[in-house]
Amino acid sequence: MAYDAVIIGSGLSGLAAGIRLAMFDKKVCIVEKHTVLGGLNSFYVRKNRTFDVGLHAMTNFTPKGVRNSPLGKLLKQLRFSHDDFRLCQQHMSEIRFPEHSLRFTNDFEFFRQEVADQFPQEIDGFNKLVEKILSFDELNLNDEKTLNSRPILESFIKNPVLIDMLNCPLMYYGNAREGDMDFYQFVIMFKSVFVEGFAKPVGGMPYILQLFAEKFKQLGGELRMGSGVTSINAENRTVESVTLENGEQLIAENIISSMGYVETLNHCAPTLKETEECETGQVSFMESLCVVDREPRDLGYDKSIVFFSNQPRFDYKVPDEMINVTSGVLCCSNNFDYPEPMKEGLIRLTNLANFAQWDSLPRKDYIAAKKHWRDRALESVFTFFTDFRDNVVFLDSFTPKTIKKYTGHLNGAVYGSPNKIKNGKTPLNNLFICGTDQGFLGIIGATLSGISMANLHVLRK
Amino acid sequence: MTIDEVRQIILNILEDIAPDEDISSIDDNTKLREQIDLDSMDFLDIVMELRKRFNIEVPEKDYEHLATLAGCITYLQPLLKDRLAAS
Repeated sequence: MAYDAVIIGSGLSGLAAGIRLAMFDKKVCIVEKHTVLGGLNSFYVRKNRTFDVGLHAMTNFTPKGVRNSPLGKLLKQLRFSHDDFRLCQQHMSEIRFPEHSLRFTNDFEFFRQEVADQFPQEIDGFNKLVEKILSFDELNLNDEKTLNSRPILESFIKNPVLIDMLNCPLMYYGNAREGDMDFYQFVIMFKSVFVEGFAKPVGGMPYILQLFAEKFKQLGGELRMGSGVTSINAENRTVESVTLENGEQLIAENIISSMGYVETLNHCAPTLKETEECETGQVSFMESLCVVDREPRDLGYDKSIVFFSNQPRFDYKVPDEMINVTSGVLCCSNNFDYPEPMKEGLIRLTNLANFAQWDSLPRKDYIAAKKHWRDRALESVFTFFTDFRDNVVFLDSFTPKTIKKYTGHLNGAVYGSPNKIKNGKTPLNNLFICGTDQGFLGIIGATLSGISMANLHVLRK
Repeated sequence: MTIDEVRQIILNILEDIAPDEDISSIDDNTKLREQIDLDSMDFLDIVMELRKRFNIEVPEKDYEHLATLAGCITYLQPLLKDRLAAS
């Protein structure tokens, strides 16, 4: 029994690729190592509470009826209606630095006005930068040249603090590279965060993942959970089969892998010499989930998401310590426009973290370190925001080590390798990648990645 | 299939691909792209649906014939003329 395609990974990119192929009667099987759907954007259950992991909110929100946006394209390609996603928009988010604060909503003109008010000297340059961004073709799959974004930003904006403030949310939500960001990725992120905006689905990630998985199965797709791939078997640079953990072999015409580029090559047999030349991602995070006994806004947390730095300048890099407590992201899940209020208050705090240090700790030190660094991170937040420690009813944290364990991404690198493979090709003829390492970012980006790779490499053939 | 039947099957496909669009007001001689926001991904879907429903292969060089509804009918009617509309 041969498949037209085997897809590795049941994250959003794998599920989207699967839906596209099953829609046109391809025989397709998605294999997932974990027992839970989602990969990097997933969920977990602790003490009867379900928590989303991955992005705090969906970026790229555009209203119903907008068809040329990434969200609009995705809905058309997967044949969902906008209502199916049950999206609730953010109230207001903020970039908070010591001297300046920039608030933003899903209305870009509001943000433009904030920049004009806070940085009146820079507004002309900012407007010119926005024009450049809006006319940039960031989705071109064949564009090979890399441009760093900082020199481009500096050609429009003189004040480095404004540049850091613009970078802060965009880097936190999608930059695999330390220090600077590729300009096309900056453009993708700028549009998805500032021009479009944030929303959350009622029911969170479990709801969205179930929606995708159900559609895939209804179209005749096969989904195998708890079925990790042990090897991708090739002959003459063409994959013939994949071997699963239980020893079973699946024969397939095409393989689309969402494991990550290096992670995929590492599974190939015989070994590929190209594997050694790959750059692995380093950027990872620690996140703490704080359940509080009232609405966050009653504790002074009225924003949907706050990107903060309590230093004048923001540097996006792997910290020398276990985590960087001077900057981070605070997300109040409650502060989205839900039809009914959430049952409990939830505040999530995310900080850059050092995988190697977390990974080297013995078990008992690891647990103590989680508590220690969570306390340090919260203390740092409370120099800037109201203390909510007395209102916490449940706390949990995960680290880069947790991310590696559940997603398989080397170094717990949530945004994958700094070098993206936009056309999805690998050294093997019929092996393609989708997801994080293909280079479209966020929940909507991951989904579009799966769609584009399925279209380009399987359906158009 | 008659021309009207061919027209209807194209409209059915468009309706599936773009469920939020008003298909009834489509003008036969204006580009589909301009009327209902179709992009290259959507044209792929039209081609894929034709393959799935009628086993018709449209090579990429012929996509230009599908730009308008009238173009679609002219291009597809000879390929579909021996089929029954019920398929």
